[in-house]
Amino acid sequence: MHIQEELSQRHVLSLTVSNEAGILARIAGLFTARGYNIDSLTVADITQDHGVSRITIVTNGPPKVIDQIMAQLDRLVSVHKVTDLTEAGPFVERELALVKVAGVGEDRIEALRLADVFRAKVVDTTIESFIFEITGTTDKVDNFVGLMRQIGLVEVGRTGVVGLIRGTEAI
Amino acid sequence: MAEKSGADILVECLLDLGVEVVFGYPGGAVLPIYDALFNHPTIKHVLVRHEQGATHMAEGYARSTGKPGVVLVTSGPGATNAVTGITDALMDSIPMVVITGQVPTQLIGTDAFQEADTVGITRHCTKHNYLVKDPAKLAGVIHEAFHIATTGRPGPVVIDIPKNVQIATAPYKRPEPVAHASYRPQTKADAAGIDAAVEMLAAAERPVFYTGGGVINSGPEASTLLRELAALTGAPVTSTLMGLGAYPATGPQWLGMLGMHGTYEANFAMNQADLIVCVGARFDDRVTGRLDAFSPGSRKVHIDIDRSSINKIVDVDVAIVADVGSALTDMVALWKARGHEAADLSAWWAQIDGWRAKKSLDYAENATEIMPQRAIADLYTACTATGKDVIITTEVGQHQMWAAQHFGFDAPNKWLTSGGLGTMGYGFPAAIGAQMGNPDSLVICVAGDASIQMNIQEMGTASQYRLPVKIFILNNEYMGMVRQWQELTYQSRYSNSYSDSLPDFVKLAEAYGWTGIRIDGPADLESGIRAMIDTPGPVIVDCRVAKLSNCFPMIPSGAAHTEMLLDPSQVKGSMTDEAKALV
Ligand SMILES: Cc1cc2nc3c(=O)[nH]c(=O)nc-3n(C[C@H](O)[C@H](O)[C@H](O)COP(=O)(O)OP(=O)(O)OC[C@H]3O[C@@H](n4cnc5c(N)ncnc54)[C@H](O)[C@@H]3O)c2cc1C
Ligand SMILES: Cc1ncc(C[n+]2csc(CCOP(=O)(O)OP(=O)(O)O)c2C)c(N)n1
Repeated sequence: MHIQEELSQRHVLSLTVSNEAGILARIAGLFTARGYNIDSLTVADITQDHGVSRITIVTNGPPKVIDQIMAQLDRLVSVHKVTDLTEAGPFVERELALVKVAGVGEDRIEALRLADVFRAKVVDTTIESFIFEITGTTDKVDNFVGLMRQIGLVEVGRTGVVGLIRGTEAI
Repeated sequence: MAEKSGADILVECLLDLGVEVVFGYPGGAVLPIYDALFNHPTIKHVLVRHEQGATHMAEGYARSTGKPGVVLVTSGPGATNAVTGITDALMDSIPMVVITGQVPTQLIGTDAFQEADTVGITRHCTKHNYLVKDPAKLAGVIHEAFHIATTGRPGPVVIDIPKNVQIATAPYKRPEPVAHASYRPQTKADAAGIDAAVEMLAAAERPVFYTGGGVINSGPEASTLLRELAALTGAPVTSTLMGLGAYPATGPQWLGMLGMHGTYEANFAMNQADLIVCVGARFDDRVTGRLDAFSPGSRKVHIDIDRSSINKIVDVDVAIVADVGSALTDMVALWKARGHEAADLSAWWAQIDGWRAKKSLDYAENATEIMPQRAIADLYTACTATGKDVIITTEVGQHQMWAAQHFGFDAPNKWLTSGGLGTMGYGFPAAIGAQMGNPDSLVICVAGDASIQMNIQEMGTASQYRLPVKIFILNNEYMGMVRQWQELTYQSRYSNSYSDSLPDFVKLAEAYGWTGIRIDGPADLESGIRAMIDTPGPVIVDCRVAKLSNCFPMIPSGAAHTEMLLDPSQVKGSMTDEAKALV
């Protein structure tokens, strides 16, 4: 007997939650307990009185599973609102990465040239290395990191995705 | 404002919330609370023998009274011992509040004596949980915890209170009800769903009501409404294990339980229906069998207070997120307002009568050994004859299924069983809790010889509080349900399913100051049951039944509703790996 897997789609979920001890463990634990995937998860408090945080989760799964994830998140007592940005209409998503690249001579020049194409900023430099700061969609960051790997990638730090719906409304 | 200690605030809140009974066990981290409860004039504390017992007692109390069950345990081992019962309450949607002691705040995280990360351990087996580090927040949290445990889809809530928070003081004022910032369960249905459901019911040719534990959760009024809607529409009614009693077993439209050990007529009606109205049930795998063969030709309406239950397993055509009672009120009102008459379902009923004629619950009687089904049937007859209010609890196994099949329930809250988690050790403490909440009822735990040993220590609790519970053991000297699966799947290799070294249950009864009765054969069955019922005080009955009986009908895991096994001759003795891998 072999175990079969279903086809998945990527979804970006945006949650507002009460900013209380254990909330991240509740959300992350729900995903592990029910076998859902987390590609990335970001969290930060977003109100003046620090009462509410926004959590953005990039997940993937078949449509039925995504629907269950939404319903399961929604029934957590501390969750205020859950929105599937991928379904809710046009939205903006960004992530930030710090990319350390080492090299000398031609490699160094090529790294700078590519950074320019990707609008990445140099935030640290030594004679033999750069740290670039790049912001963009996950794909853009992936592409940049992929190119740097061929030149002399040392290490990467990524924030994971944050997203907001386009237009005047809040979700 | 006068200040009170955290422990006093807790007790004050319990009073405000109308709590009458607390099931608990003391220890270092809850001593301040125990002191506040010392000789308390109205809150009764039931001292258990093991914290798991306390949780199941609270469940039994809650399910039989409709009020939340309250548990009080110490930190560390007290809290971890409670975890099984908390999980059981989560799976079966039982309202329960568990108060756990914790090491003082300054010691949290230091591996202090009897420290356990209770909120961490219980985060995913509770509906919600709290660690309260400030006595000023305690009253608000306790009121909120009871609100969350008892509303929406009910469930267990844990409040972890460090010892210094129990001693420190804060001003106390009874909290005003406040709208919760994020928790607002939807109880009233959208009109469109009700409209669609009523019209589909009026037009259906082969409708079935598939009812579940949600009807019981909603309160007795929901059962009355279900009966009314069933009568108005003339549609047959089946129920899950958890919903037994919502529609009376003596009612004309009753099909019996559905699912793995459900009746032939219930499962075939589900399979052939053109409309399924699911009322507070959750399409559990014990009920659906093989999913692609589950009621393939029907349109489906699902009424559930928890949106995550809807379309989780089976896709439905009409989703109604609401409390059962509220949704049924709306449906009955709309049905009448539209002037609908019950459709002519005679062809459907004729088909059902054909399935009923299979008499799928029949079994071969035996002159020398007591058939376990017969024992339950006779227990039912004897209980009915008393005219008393009867509450049945069960342990887990074959005896549980036989009780579900052969004891008829005509009212809600009279049948207490562990369905979702299937916890051996649930039934006896649940009976104690039910008896606490219903002192005048006849409370009987139907048990197996293996399950009863899982919380047998609670005999002392029943003795101490003079609770006249009865334990009726169907003693087959096996973990019968395990043995049955080994016969179905592993060519009867009985790996560790024999109950060796059983105690002498009659002597055990005597050791605890109970009455013990042994029923050895069919000749003693009726009189033994009578003696159990007539004997005041707690009684254990060791009823020796046929050792190798199996529970039929049965839909083997992974099979369709139409692939039921009706008797032992249909058992093949082995299965494919795919079927073996299913639960
Ligand atoms: C050995 C064994 C064998 C079993 N065999 C069978 C079997 O043959 N047949 C069978 O049916 N079961 C069987 N079970 C039980 C099974 O495992 C499940 O526990 C059971 O089927 C679930 O019942 P339910 O669908 O009514 O859901 P419950 O667990 O009772 O859930 C209730 C549902 O109603 C909803 N709800 C709660 N309150 C409300 C409200 N106020 N308003 C609206 N909705 C509400 C909840 O959100 C939930 O979706 C067996 C268990 C064991 C241990
Ligand atoms: C705590 C726990 N452990 C194990 C099981 C698995 N299990 C289900 S039924 C059963 C056997 C029950 O035997 P008994 O109580 O004698 O009842 P019978 O089936 O013989 O009626 C077991 C071991 C369980 N349900 N719960």
